[in-house]
Amino acid sequence: MPSTRTIEILVGAFMAAGLLAVFFLAMQVSNLGAALPTEGYRVTARFDNVGSLKVRAPVSVAGVRVGRVEAIAIDRTTFEAVVTLAIDRRFDFLPDDTFASILTSGLLGEQYIGLDPGGSPDPLRDGDQILHTQSALVLERMVSQFLFNRSD
Amino acid sequence: MSRVLDHLARLGRLGLEVFARLGQAHWLLFGILSGMRDLAMRPRRLVVEVHRIGVLSVLIVVVSGLFVGMVLALQGYYVLSQFGAAESLGIMVAASLVRELGPVVTALLVAGRAGSALTAEIGLMKATDQLSALQMMAVDPIKRILTPRFVGGLLSMPLLAAMFSAVGVLGGYLVGVGLLGIDGGAYWSQMQARIDLHEDIVNGLIKSLVFGVVVTWIALFQGYAATPTAEGVSRATTRTVVHSALAVLGLDFVLTALMFGG
Repeated sequence: MPSTRTIEILVGAFMAAGLLAVFFLAMQVSNLGAALPTEGYRVTARFDNVGSLKVRAPVSVAGVRVGRVEAIAIDRTTFEAVVTLAIDRRFDFLPDDTFASILTSGLLGEQYIGLDPGGSPDPLRDGDQILHTQSALVLERMVSQFLFNRSD
Repeated sequence: MSRVLDHLARLGRLGLEVFARLGQAHWLLFGILSGMRDLAMRPRRLVVEVHRIGVLSVLIVVVSGLFVGMVLALQGYYVLSQFGAAESLGIMVAASLVRELGPVVTALLVAGRAGSALTAEIGLMKATDQLSALQMMAVDPIKRILTPRFVGGLLSMPLLAAMFSAVGVLGGYLVGVGLLGIDGGAYWSQMQARIDLHEDIVNGLIKSLVFGVVVTWIALFQGYAATPTAEGVSRATTRTVVHSALAVLGLDFVLTALMFGG
């Protein structure tokens, strides 16, 4: 039986190693390292169809993630989907005529929002709405359109 | 007719015995929990138990975790590469470890490594009248002997499970990136994109905390209720391992259905 001091040191090391493992899981394995931008601004975009876009999906410019989808709602009168984007404060230079489209990463991947900056000198501000949008591509519609056009 | 009634009576007796044992187990748990205040005044006893249950189980848990992670990576690669999604290996390894294998396998290992030892120790204490001796000196053996062991097991389990998962993820990285040639950046980034701190990691830790309670509770109860003979202690030790394994696997289904099923 080792002495009390040795045991205490070993238990201390054990607790530290266990907490380190939890910390490792939290920071390295989970999405905490890539959490929602707490400090940022919100803009909305309207789409005819959001496809399978989900809350927390990434928002990226030229492949670089600048924010996340914060909420997806539906407009009561126009029946359009209203998507709220939370964009990190570091990216406050996006022009207000930015084009938002719903894209798919890879063939079977997740859907995300890609922003294509326009040429306006005024930047997007908190509460602004992105006017130019492109809805998600719904595979079934594309296929039926394709078939319909062929039969003409 | 009377034969049927005999069978019915036997079934009833069995049921009553099971309920009586369950009742005893709950009384014991109540006694253990009421010893918490005494333990808070003498935290040193807890340190000794965490050493015996936790520290001494680290080696087996870490080595098992490493190998489980490595095997998961190999098998996952086999399936995922057929769909051209081998980059998702990180998600698969991490999700299965953090959600299921970490808590469950750790609980099974601890039941075998530490739970059986607890039962044998307490059963022998009972067989050699050490528990009665404590009672003679007006020391409550439940508060004095059982409570520190219970809390020690309960604290050790989540820490061990976290180590298991962490080492398993690293083992998956070794095999996936080192052996199978997956991109290391994709392994981590896909994992981070899909594994949620609350949904996956915290739920996994809650699971292992529940398993910690159940495994130490079963081990302590079996030891405390063991027939005080050599045979009785050996039976109780076997029962600890069997009951813990069944309880852990059964509870795992219930907890998974509650946490991830909805």
